[in-house]
Amino acid sequence: MGKTLFDKIWDSHVITDLGNGFVLLHIDRLLLHDMSGGKALKEAIEKGYPPSQPRLIYGTPDHTMSTKPGRTEKSFPPGEPLILSMRETTSAYGIKLFDLGQDGQGIVHVMGPEQGLTLPGTTLVCGDSHTSTHGGMGTLAFGIGSSELVHVIATQTMVQRKPKRLRASFEGKLMPGVTAKDMILHLIGELGTAAGTGYSVEYAGSGVRALPVEARLTLCNLTIEMGARTGMVAPDDTTYEYLNGRDYAPKGAMWDRAVAHWRTLPTDADAEFDREHTIDMKNVAPQITWGTSPEHVIAVDRAIPDPSTGPEEKRGAWEAALKYQGLEPGKPIEGTPVDWVFIGSCTNSRISDLRAAAAIVKGRHKADHVTAWVVPGSVRIKAEAEAEGLDRVFLEAGFEWREPGCSMCLASNGERVPPGKRSVSTSNRNFVGRQGPGARTHLASPAMAAAAAIKGAIADVRKIG
Amino acid sequence: MDKFTKVTGVAVPMMRQNVDTDLIIRIERLVDNVGREGLGPFCFEQIRFKPDGSEDPDCIFNQEPYREAPIILAADNFGCGSSREGAVWALKGFGIKTVIAPYFGDIFNNNCFQNGILPVALPIEEIQLLADEMKASPGNARVTVDLENCVVVSPTGRTIPFQIDARRQHAMLNGLDDIAQTMSHKGEIEAWQSTDKTARPWVWL
Ligand code: SF4
Repeated sequence: MGKTLFDKIWDSHVITDLGNGFVLLHIDRLLLHDMSGGKALKEAIEKGYPPSQPRLIYGTPDHTMSTKPGRTEKSFPPGEPLILSMRETTSAYGIKLFDLGQDGQGIVHVMGPEQGLTLPGTTLVCGDSHTSTHGGMGTLAFGIGSSELVHVIATQTMVQRKPKRLRASFEGKLMPGVTAKDMILHLIGELGTAAGTGYSVEYAGSGVRALPVEARLTLCNLTIEMGARTGMVAPDDTTYEYLNGRDYAPKGAMWDRAVAHWRTLPTDADAEFDREHTIDMKNVAPQITWGTSPEHVIAVDRAIPDPSTGPEEKRGAWEAALKYQGLEPGKPIEGTPVDWVFIGSCTNSRISDLRAAAAIVKGRHKADHVTAWVVPGSVRIKAEAEAEGLDRVFLEAGFEWREPGCSMCLASNGERVPPGKRSVSTSNRNFVGRQGPGARTHLASPAMAAAAAIKGAIADVRKIG
Repeated sequence: MDKFTKVTGVAVPMMRQNVDTDLIIRIERLVDNVGREGLGPFCFEQIRFKPDGSEDPDCIFNQEPYREAPIILAADNFGCGSSREGAVWALKGFGIKTVIAPYFGDIFNNNCFQNGILPVALPIEEIQLLADEMKASPGNARVTVDLENCVVVSPTGRTIPFQIDARRQHAMLNGLDDIAQTMSHKGEIEAWQSTDKTARPWVWL
């Protein structure tokens, strides 16, 4: 019987079988960020385990850095010791740090693919659950906790148990106004936030094959929001075109050798999955979340769900979510007034995302009562956007144009949506308090977020020409 | 790592679905330099305290006899969301030794085993019964979680078996350090790496 993409990568990284279903897995890339990177390196060193393969470790500060124009590490004081410790520990072992103000700095999951550090067929981990993003390159990538981080620093391996396999196939073409963000939110809405627990996911089908790499990264980014740690798209010519020539990608004859290897990775025709789910792209409309879990999602032209008609086991959670969000069941979600708009995060801060938002914004102005931020994913994306004049488009429309980082996705750098305020955000989590205590988050695509800023309310991007 | 053998105590029937790690510990607390040991007071702060900072009496964690409970009873998907291990440190600082839920977020589940906290998976019907028995006799009811025998003993004395991988059970019972165990495979790791450097040289920068 044939093998899946996941099995091929997994099996080729098993160093030894530890019994009881556990294996020792080699890790090809470890990415560090400021929240846990410096601390983990310090802990490993103190325990007597200095980095065993420092050349396979890369870092960048993103979580706790201010994104205010002209920022330094001092702009958000609680973040300063974190970046200082990261600098000290990485330089001591020759670990490459894409530091603040340097080319290459950015959100860690934007930086990896952009630099060509994220390669097909490799294993990659990072102390952040959205590490699944890198799966868009055909990489087996997953988020880990702090103790596991120390383990990888010390040994360049992980003790892991093989998950089951789930294939999500999207068939057909994108409908107008629909993006990869809408595809994955729609899928989570259908399957729920726990469907992927214990699984690895492969995204397949004609709808996925047609996506450019940046959209595949968005798709894989939200894998963790359905409970799976890793989600992948098989590498193909689209992947190789994107990767070729990037700083850390192989070059010359080595490139040809690598591509020949990568071409053997896609899932064999007769490989089997433990679970299959197919989505007809005709049914995927622009999405918006209404509640406090990514599975609380509807098409933007639908009504806010009524808990009394929902599944019994979800009733309590739905009621609590509506209360927190300050929404009335049965009313259309479109037209709900919005106070904040955040365009950014490792989900949707790449150049194609900024272009999509700018296309809506161009020649218009944000609603007066809305505060709208654009936070590019990396220094390079920011420069590219500025070269295209996208910064002008946003600034002229009354948006703020900021420095790269996680910002209001997580609010761990003090940049928060105020209590009780409603935000449309291109990030990946609408949990209670995620964007700040009491903040009410609605997840959507960059174009939908831009439309909300212009209208001052949740809006259907298809109605904005 | 701390050993875990057996815990007997009050179990707090939280019975909530999708308790995410953002809810267990707010991210700011992990930026502030309070350290691992200092996170307990901030555990579940978003539901334990009102916006003015006072305790919310409606929150079960603020009610007797649950204040000091070492066991949490929860519904589906406990510990989903962010990979932050601070969630486990906060639970530990808050006095929690074990969480019983139908299933857990994958990363949270792994993080628990790194810190001597035991995640126990039981069917929701069993957890509901435990919660009912707790509520029926507040003050006296106790739940026992016994890792050696892989059983939960309910307040009325029913024993409910649970499953755990033998490897993890052994590591928890003995408080084994993962890194030290992996280091015993150093030779195999190095051999794998040297073969890989020839097979996939582009990976090795
Ligand atoms: S942008 Fe948000 S989800 Fe992505 S790495 Fe940063 S904090 Fe995590």
